[in-house]
Amino acid sequence: MIKVVHYINQFYGGIGGEEKADIRPEVREGVVGPGMALQGALGNDAKIVATIICGDSYFNENLEEATEEILQMVKNYEPDLFIAGPAFNAGRYGVACGTICKAVKEKLNIPVVSGMYPENPGVDMFKKDIYIIETANAATGMRKALPAIAKLGMKLAKGEAIGSPAEEGYIARGVRKNIFREERGSKRAVNMLVAKLKGEPFETEYPMPDFDRVAPNPAVKDLKNAKIALVTSGGIVPKGNPDRIEASSASKYGKYDIEGVMDLTQETYETAHGGYDPVYANQDADRVLPVDVLRELEKEGVIGKLHRYFYTTVGNGTSVANAKKFASTFAQELVADGVQAVILTST
Amino acid sequence: MRLELGNIFIKDMQFGEATKVENGVLYINKKELLEAVGGDNRIASIEVDIAKPGEETRIMPVKDVIEPRVKVEGPGGIFPGFISKVDVVGSGKTHVLKGAAVVTAGKIVGFQEGIIDMSGPGAEYTPFSKTNNLVLVCTPVDNLPQHEHEQAVRLIGLKAAAYIGEAGRNVKPDEVKVYETLPLFEGAKKYPDLPKVAYVYMLQTQGLLHDTYVYGVDAKRIVPTLIYPTEVMDGAIVSGNCVSACDKNPTYNHLNNPIIEDLYERHGKDYNFVGVIITNENVTLADKERSSNWTAKLAEYLGLDAVIISEEGFGNPDTDLMMNCKKITAKGIKTVLVTDEYAGRDGASQSLADADKAADAVVTAGNANEIIELPPMKKVIGDLKPADVIAGGFAGSLKPDGSIVAELQVITGATSEIGFNKLSATQF
Repeated sequence: MIKVVHYINQFYGGIGGEEKADIRPEVREGVVGPGMALQGALGNDAKIVATIICGDSYFNENLEEATEEILQMVKNYEPDLFIAGPAFNAGRYGVACGTICKAVKEKLNIPVVSGMYPENPGVDMFKKDIYIIETANAATGMRKALPAIAKLGMKLAKGEAIGSPAEEGYIARGVRKNIFREERGSKRAVNMLVAKLKGEPFETEYPMPDFDRVAPNPAVKDLKNAKIALVTSGGIVPKGNPDRIEASSASKYGKYDIEGVMDLTQETYETAHGGYDPVYANQDADRVLPVDVLRELEKEGVIGKLHRYFYTTVGNGTSVANAKKFASTFAQELVADGVQAVILTST
Repeated sequence: MRLELGNIFIKDMQFGEATKVENGVLYINKKELLEAVGGDNRIASIEVDIAKPGEETRIMPVKDVIEPRVKVEGPGGIFPGFISKVDVVGSGKTHVLKGAAVVTAGKIVGFQEGIIDMSGPGAEYTPFSKTNNLVLVCTPVDNLPQHEHEQAVRLIGLKAAAYIGEAGRNVKPDEVKVYETLPLFEGAKKYPDLPKVAYVYMLQTQGLLHDTYVYGVDAKRIVPTLIYPTEVMDGAIVSGNCVSACDKNPTYNHLNNPIIEDLYERHGKDYNFVGVIITNENVTLADKERSSNWTAKLAEYLGLDAVIISEEGFGNPDTDLMMNCKKITAKGIKTVLVTDEYAGRDGASQSLADADKAADAVVTAGNANEIIELPPMKKVIGDLKPADVIAGGFAGSLKPDGSIVAELQVITGATSEIGFNKLSATQF
């Protein structure tokens, strides 16, 4: 028997409308409100053991505390599946469903599913983290939403493979997943070409994303007094790659002290990068991370100072998301260390 | 230009007294083979082994895979510029030992090679789990510079394929396929009402160890040019790279380029397939600008209505792909792109390093960052140790029991950007 805990707001809990939106979380045994129909959709293999009800205002105004309280309630029942909503187009309800689902999934490792109208703000906030069944914008869509929620929920609880958004009815999470198609790629390309030539409809397999372009900062005016740091995606690391940064798809970056280092040599530094010919970088890593030249400029007084640490990772095949994460972490350190400019080298 | 490809189906491969094909079995005289490929004093030893489909065998690290072919009629010989002189190939008759392949393996640069599993989950992803593979593991002399090493191993692979291909010279093919491309104006006259399409074939040329060769010329030193599709089938294009092995084209894939095959399939019916524009993927901006300007110029010059553009590699070449797409589209020519993706292990990241709104028709060969678990194999040809450092591996990839947990990226040919496979990716 699959044990299910259901989360709803004060309105669906039958407690009241906006005037009761500040009620604290409470738990009731068994089904409440839409839980009855949800139980019907789940069938005999699953049982809603408890329903948690919380006011939308209370939840959103006491996010952390409310999440913690509800997590505790969920935990007590040790469910196999957690369902929140559906919230339709109710914004605060949607955010509450998303927040609590994400917490249950990540902290308790229990499968979760919710349901929302695509324009509910909870969708954009949580679609990457959780499965959200697409619903109508109002409670009139309940009859259609619940079977889809139940079906996906049961699959998740049983650990079955989840199909595409179109198959399962959830809102696309924006996650790329590998699949095998009927025809080989070349054939699909030719078919697409013919369709495009004839002006017939075709579906691209990779819709172009909104590309993230970064405008460069204005030039540094006072170089003489500037502290400059070196950052590279060219994979330069101390010989032996002590932090074992991957040759491709880096999951981490390194921060290395170059106090007193005047020149990177074959004996002391190398590249961990697997995406370019490493021979010349290994012969002289200054070719990628120009420590020697910056030391000269430091001596000549062209720049104020070369920062004591350099940051490095491997750009080869590394996801944009990881690259962003690394940079947002060490950029704060650079700012805290009083660095005014960074020379960013790539390969 | 007209080429007859005679496919001789090879069902099994064995070592034997004489190198020959008999009843679909390819017998190889090991000693003769070693004599044919030997003599390079940069190589200390060559070990030869056979890996067959379904066996519990892992081959790694893999440099190149080559299909044995032999030219039986018409000018020139196989692999012009390397094995044969530089006569123009692509016409006459060529015999193919279909189902056989030469695989070169051995540690070269340390993190640039691939894996071929002959069975298990990894076998689903590589085309070379379905071929009978003659594997050459080459060990260099001490302190051989990497570039020399790569060149030596590349030549050994080509020599081996040419040597074995000879065994098919006097064998009656099981199947004959004819491919023909007319000179431009004759083609246009024959198909006056059909739209003209071509294939823009991007070749990896990011530098030494990441190169591709055309008639023996390092393709980073070419400006984009025209080639008959059948020239490619005789080995006009040879691979010199395998970094992130999933989406590099081994020589085998060039010989069997499926975009060329599938474009021929509907040639004369839905369009007039006029030919191939080859271009490169150099690393400097000026080179990228020049090459993409030239592909667009040639596409316009040929009066094309549409092109398929295939990428080789990822990251830096994504820029070349987008430049080609943007500039060719700007000439009023329709484009379809073939690429693969690096969307992160969770698939949540942006897939390409560049994007353009002109790229509205894209075929994807899958997300190379997805993790795959490769169980231990009974037999390993080569060396398992590079698993932690090859592109797509990470610290701890190689487990004590010999299994490997790594990104799909490690598997030779898994996300082929010339559309070799059915693997793809979609939005979830």
